[in-house]
Amino acid sequence: MTTVPTSHPPTVPATKVAGTRAPLQLSEEHHLCPGCGHPVAWRILLEVISELGLAQRAIGVVGHGCYTNIVRLADIDFLQCLHGRAPAVATGVKRVQREAAVFTLQGDGDMASEGLAEVLHAAARAERITCIMLNNGVFGDTGGQMTAATLIGQRTKTSVEGRDPDRHGYPVPVADLVSRLAGTAYVARGAVNNAGSVAQTKRYLRRAFELQMQGAGFTFVEILTMCPTGWFVPTAEGPGYLVDVFEKVYPVGELDERS
Amino acid sequence: MRAALLQGSDAIAQAAIVAGCRFFAGYPMMPFTDLLECMARRLPAVDGVCINAESEIAGVNMTLGAAAAGARAGTGSCGQGIALMQETVAEAALNEVPFVLFNMARGQQDYFQATRGGGWGDYRTITLAPRDVVEAVEHTQLLFHLADKHRAPVCLYGDYLIAHTHMSVAIDAVDHGPLPAKDWALDGSLGGTGRSRQVWTWAMGKANAPGPEPDGHWRHIAAKFEAIAQVEARHEARHTDDAEAVVVSFGTTAPFVDHVVDELRSEGVRIGSFRPVSLWPFPAAALEAATAHASSVLVYEINAGQMIDDVRLSVTDRSVVRGIGGVSVDESGMRQGSLLGVAAIRQRIRRALDLEA
Repeated sequence: MTTVPTSHPPTVPATKVAGTRAPLQLSEEHHLCPGCGHPVAWRILLEVISELGLAQRAIGVVGHGCYTNIVRLADIDFLQCLHGRAPAVATGVKRVQREAAVFTLQGDGDMASEGLAEVLHAAARAERITCIMLNNGVFGDTGGQMTAATLIGQRTKTSVEGRDPDRHGYPVPVADLVSRLAGTAYVARGAVNNAGSVAQTKRYLRRAFELQMQGAGFTFVEILTMCPTGWFVPTAEGPGYLVDVFEKVYPVGELDERS
Repeated sequence: MRAALLQGSDAIAQAAIVAGCRFFAGYPMMPFTDLLECMARRLPAVDGVCINAESEIAGVNMTLGAAAAGARAGTGSCGQGIALMQETVAEAALNEVPFVLFNMARGQQDYFQATRGGGWGDYRTITLAPRDVVEAVEHTQLLFHLADKHRAPVCLYGDYLIAHTHMSVAIDAVDHGPLPAKDWALDGSLGGTGRSRQVWTWAMGKANAPGPEPDGHWRHIAAKFEAIAQVEARHEARHTDDAEAVVVSFGTTAPFVDHVVDELRSEGVRIGSFRPVSLWPFPAAALEAATAHASSVLVYEINAGQMIDDVRLSVTDRSVVRGIGGVSVDESGMRQGSLLGVAAIRQRIRRALDLEA
């Protein structure tokens, strides 16, 4: 079992660290890049499910992206669905398995670009599900193209000079849109750039699942994650770039709670 | 139950509920709209759920989710809306989630869509095309059984005549036999046990229990549909034993054709009719047998010629196959035109057989 530190480029030999396996995690082997924020998000998600005693009630509905591999790596029921449609699929799941803890895991490409209608309508219907959007502002899995959430000025492979509002339009703040809908019980935006933000985001996830299980309404957590590969920034600068650039446009915190 | 005079859409809705359907999602579009309304009215009474979805795409994905969670579930539209659903129908075929798709079509121009499909991958869709409301009720119950038996999405190809016609029909639960347990369905209960479940088109499996992965899984899917093709073909043949000419038609056009064939029989013409009840699998062997003595095979479908491809593949070159139907739509664009009528059918058959100029 080896891990690669994500705080700097892997110029030093990998360090063997004990006890890194999260609850419900079946393997430490994954395909994600050094410096990626997704494994951290996976970990706190699995910790929350485990700590709330939901391991044998959880059903995950997962979209298409780098994070999809959680379907292989976590020991809970999963449905891997079509791009963007996870909130609709999760609606069907929850209406049938009413006692289950049903969540979606999607990226910003999956949710903000391909499936904006599905998440907004699931929120408006007050579906008792938790939708999680891992937002890194790019299509990571296809190599770093622009999504609907890409920031103004952000370089991607389909906006190589930086996203230009005249040519590419403006980013879609999904969490803010969801927070405007009456069916929404909870909306928060967190990040995974350092230990403090990870702990804070875990609290947001916990609150979202608690409110889902209370039947309060639709719950939503956006998690800003690093994609140094798709951002064209050095791996070690990913967390700083997230704070300096992403959080300016997508400020972290709880946007809404109605229980 | 005693027979009651029911509108076709309501009869189908009741048959679906009798068959155990407890989840339905759809988006209004005539002539499917009535079925959605009937399900919305009837499902809550049996603790079921009907969702008026934001789009056909969302509706079919909700249905996939409900079915993956173990419910008998359905969705539908007419061909135009089902076009939007094709990606999910293919996905359900490939990740083996069973549900029933109700195509309450505007006409017969959805044959290619129903039998070839518009999604990707080596899949087919079991499709039954009832001739009337009574048969639609039978097919509805049978389709829920076939979906679960084969773990695949299946399709009822109805139309506005079936959706809107009132017929006297009894809706009683039919026992189609035992089915395998739905131990694959997601309920979350096996989380943390090392045996948690997965529904995934790529079938990668879990890290502790690797799946067949795409190569193995998609071979399995292709072999499954090959096996279904051998056992699920259904047909109806009339007067074909000595027929020199056989007219092939499907769905609600068939009763009109049968009427004309009966008339011509009584006039001494050695003619028969053949109806594929299942459009896929197409009853190719039965059609080949039914046309063994026929020098002429006439295909009457109200479209530019879609089913005729399957007819040609079935009878090879022993008989001359000719399409004598055609595109025919009424002024609304939502119903069939004058070619759906005994007079037009009689004239076209007689001309094809040189019985009139």
